Amino acid sequence: MSEPNELTHPLTCHLRADGTPLDLAAYRACDGYQGLAAANQLEPSAIVAMVKASNLRGRGGAGFPTGMKWSVLPMGPDAPKPKYIAVNADEMEPGTFKDRLLMEQNPHLLLEGIAICARAVEAETAYIFLRGEYTLCATRLRHAIAEANAAQALGNVHVYLHTSAGRYMCGEETGMLNALEGKRANPRTKPPYPGISGLWGKPTVVNNVETLCNVPAILRHGAEWYQKLSRTTDGGTKIYGVSGRVKRPGLWELPMGTTVGEILDLAGGMQDGLKLRGLLPGGASTAVLTPDHLDVAMDFSAPQKVGSRMGTGTMIILDDRACLVGVVANLIDFFSRESCGWCTPCWSGLGWASRLLDAMEAGKGQPGDIEKLEHLASFWGPGATFCALAPGAADPLRSCIQHFRQDFEDHIREHRCPHEGWDA
Amino acid sequence: MLTPAEQSEIQSEVAHYPYKRAVAIDALKIVQKHRGHVSDEAMDDVARFLELSREELEGVCTFYNLLLRKPVGKHVIWVCDGVSCYLTGYGRLCRKLESTLGIKPGETTKDGKFTLLPIVCLGACDHAPVLMVDDDLHRDLDPQRNPGAVEGVLKQYE
Repeated sequence: MSEPNELTHPLTCHLRADGTPLDLAAYRACDGYQGLAAANQLEPSAIVAMVKASNLRGRGGAGFPTGMKWSVLPMGPDAPKPKYIAVNADEMEPGTFKDRLLMEQNPHLLLEGIAICARAVEAETAYIFLRGEYTLCATRLRHAIAEANAAQALGNVHVYLHTSAGRYMCGEETGMLNALEGKRANPRTKPPYPGISGLWGKPTVVNNVETLCNVPAILRHGAEWYQKLSRTTDGGTKIYGVSGRVKRPGLWELPMGTTVGEILDLAGGMQDGLKLRGLLPGGASTAVLTPDHLDVAMDFSAPQKVGSRMGTGTMIILDDRACLVGVVANLIDFFSRESCGWCTPCWSGLGWASRLLDAMEAGKGQPGDIEKLEHLASFWGPGATFCALAPGAADPLRSCIQHFRQDFEDHIREHRCPHEGWDA
Repeated sequence: MLTPAEQSEIQSEVAHYPYKRAVAIDALKIVQKHRGHVSDEAMDDVARFLELSREELEGVCTFYNLLLRKPVGKHVIWVCDGVSCYLTGYGRLCRKLESTLGIKPGETTKDGKFTLLPIVCLGACDHAPVLMVDDDLHRDLDPQRNPGAVEGVLKQYE
């Protein structure tokens, strides 16, 4: 591989090895804010057309085409005012740690993406909705916003940092809008979509951090270049990550469509004495893949063909020594705790499933529990709940039962965890 | 009553939003920073300032993991129990913390120095297992792979 540069690794090529952030001068020295300069030469509709043509799709997990999202906002003198941008920096999906890297080490890249989006949709105000636990990101973003404001680098948009107080639901598109309004972050009915009626009923773009960080380079180098970065029809590069018991956990910017196996190789493979048993390809809410799936391309369509999703692109590796029932109990416990309580199948069903799994892990599972879990998961959609939290819990549960049913049966039959002491 | 310092901090956030209510979370965090936790009295003070009912503000407050409605120790240790940490030494880290501090999750040490609380994935999965003390993230804390690391972290908060 050649040295990473702007044309091959637009998101990460300027990051410093020591992790210190680029200040405004350093960012400008590597052509920072040139994407915004290019955008300023274009009509808003041309910016949207360019982002559409790039095939940039949302990097928060759902993969909605970004240009399409921007294009639904009403434009022109008669459009409702003000219009808003809500930046989804509420990275809370277990196993996901990619947005932290971008915000801690290159905050101006995000600000430039916001400024370009603001010009494209004629938004006056942007809120960066940052999870409360990302304190270093908060410090560095505040500093970058102050620098950019002092240099009048962002054009006409006012950017404010909103730090949350810790709740996974706030990362859900419409839950975030309620949270920004100072309410409980319950999801809202769609339609109307935020692009028509979002914050305080005004047109609002909700975009993930990594998504917006892709925008400046698209404006500088064009949609065709961006397309060509990718190995598949989904444009661009992707920040992929690996965590779990591998030799070198970490993050890498790679062409969209890099395979599961290639990403795992970059992580140095499994730690000594461990074998790969499965992996969650893109965070806690994605269905498990097995060692048979190493050649699956990580994009927005290939993992679907084998029953999963790319999600956030940060893989959680499951080894042969860890107890899979324990892992599933951990995942469902998370979703159960973080359910906002708006829909019954979610708040009630997840709590029940969590208790069943904890009992199973403690050797108190009963015959029929696996069927009960499958039955509960059948109420979690998609389409049965307001938002994607419960369907996101159903995916790992259902898929782990499908691929590793024996583990669940062993727990019940032996009245104990066969892997007991695996984490001693 | 909100102190002048609390008032001015909250007021500077109000300027960012078209409606005062939007600063509910900021206001609760600001009061917690000054007073250690959100007491009933603090809840009343903030509700009055925001012109919300106490119940409505309580509904916002109870939604969030980081807003504390009970007194805590001088430092709060938030232990990540996300799946990546669970796989890489969370159990060992918890046992180490509990034996060193002599408390279980949800409890405060007798000298009032530390409160131990769980927290969802802290988004540092490539350095699992991790925890936060107050606002500081500490990484790579598996007692097996990194002996003495936990003790080293606790020492920083003497």
